[in-house]
Amino acid sequence: MRTRFQQGLDELRQKLLRQGGLAEQAVERACRAYLDRDLSKCQMVLEGETLINICEREIDELAFDLLAMQQPMAGDLRFILAITKINSDLERVGDQAVNIAERVMDMVALPAVDLPVDIARMSAAVSAMVRRSLESFIDAKAELAQAVLEMDNVVDRMRDEAFIVLVKTMNDHPETTRQALDALLVARNLERVADHATNIAEDVIFWVRGADVRHNVPRDGEAQAAAAEAQSATEAH
Amino acid sequence: MGVGIQVENLNAWYGSTQALHDIRLNMEANHATALIGPSGCGKSTFIRCLNRMHETTPGARVEGNVKIGQLDAYDGISPTLLRRRIGMVFQKPNPFPTMSIYDNVAAGLKLNGYNNRKEMDQIVERSLASSALWDEVKDFIHKKSGASLSGGQQQRLCIARALAVEPEVLLMDEPCSALDPISTGKIEELIFQLKTQYTIVIVTHNMQQAARVAEYTGFFLLGRMVEFDKTEKIFTNPSDKRTEDYITGRFG
Repeated sequence: MRTRFQQGLDELRQKLLRQGGLAEQAVERACRAYLDRDLSKCQMVLEGETLINICEREIDELAFDLLAMQQPMAGDLRFILAITKINSDLERVGDQAVNIAERVMDMVALPAVDLPVDIARMSAAVSAMVRRSLESFIDAKAELAQAVLEMDNVVDRMRDEAFIVLVKTMNDHPETTRQALDALLVARNLERVADHATNIAEDVIFWVRGADVRHNVPRDGEAQAAAAEAQSATEAH
Repeated sequence: MGVGIQVENLNAWYGSTQALHDIRLNMEANHATALIGPSGCGKSTFIRCLNRMHETTPGARVEGNVKIGQLDAYDGISPTLLRRRIGMVFQKPNPFPTMSIYDNVAAGLKLNGYNNRKEMDQIVERSLASSALWDEVKDFIHKKSGASLSGGQQQRLCIARALAVEPEVLLMDEPCSALDPISTGKIEELIFQLKTQYTIVIVTHNMQQAARVAEYTGFFLLGRMVEFDKTEKIFTNPSDKRTEDYITGRFG
């Protein structure tokens, strides 16, 4: 048993869990800030981002050291590679939370209007995706990660619906354009958070199963079969 | 050119102790195959069965089929002739200490009755060039002994000696374990070049080395072949948990 290496892996895992907790908290605070028009929560999101960034650097440094000094293999190698990518996604989740907080700070300076968009429902779905992607990492459960991937389409649809109704609102009630634009940007930020949660889930599947499920791109053999099929279809025409 | 190696139902014993159990393995021609596993797992015994060195140990016994290309290694060929087709390089460089560099390389040819001096000169030069040693020793191949070279040079001299009889297969039993990183790098580069002409089987305890030089890797444990697959599969996503545990350092 390589005790020092195992300690390094455990430390890496703990640091990622801390960063994950901070990122999850940032998204929830940003959503709460939007729904409650709460500037104090915005401030907390801005302060929390610094901690997420510190975590990102610490995780990268430790992962780099382990790769250089311990030459990990197989599951250990996939674990470290997955962590470096999840690390990057969590840092971006923190950035999106800051973007939402900045929108709220802009929005609070304007009169409150009732917009026909359910940001609360969307933020609940996105927060659940972030939480479940982190749970799939904690429990090394590819099935849970797979469920996160399927939720991404739901959030994409919510973003598209928000876009349609908010553009219509801007046309019908031009006096609410800035508020509608803020809501539109928040919806887009939330959809980006969902994309990062999806990336995290894909990285968990890669770590646990050794399978690359990104972009729905077929693997070598499947790609060749698809190319051959396309070729024969072309010839048939 | 190298030839493929097919092994079926190979069992080997030292006295009453069975060292290999039903090994089945196909090694592709002109590729490098690495064999890994903890000490005593049978990987060295396995390659010693390929060139029939195992049976030279008192009390040792082999059963099963080994085909080197179309040739049945255990039927219709003498061990001496077989070993001309299968060169071997050992863990510790073992040049003939009193012979010159030239005579070390030519030793196998002379033993086989070769006496055309001009052709022998060409073969010695070609073998030393193939083992990436010619440029370093060409000015004193008759004057200096094999033992006067550095450890890394001695190992390349042993490779040249093995190549001189133009084998089809080169067996390497931990060829870099006694060498520094620079010499190890040279041998690994050499393996990379040699596999265009020879089939290479390398036993190594250095898993990074297996990952660097071999297209295929086999994992041995307690005399059995646990897993055999493409090297990238073995080192990134092995199928058997015992392979995973070994290569990640959780046992062995």
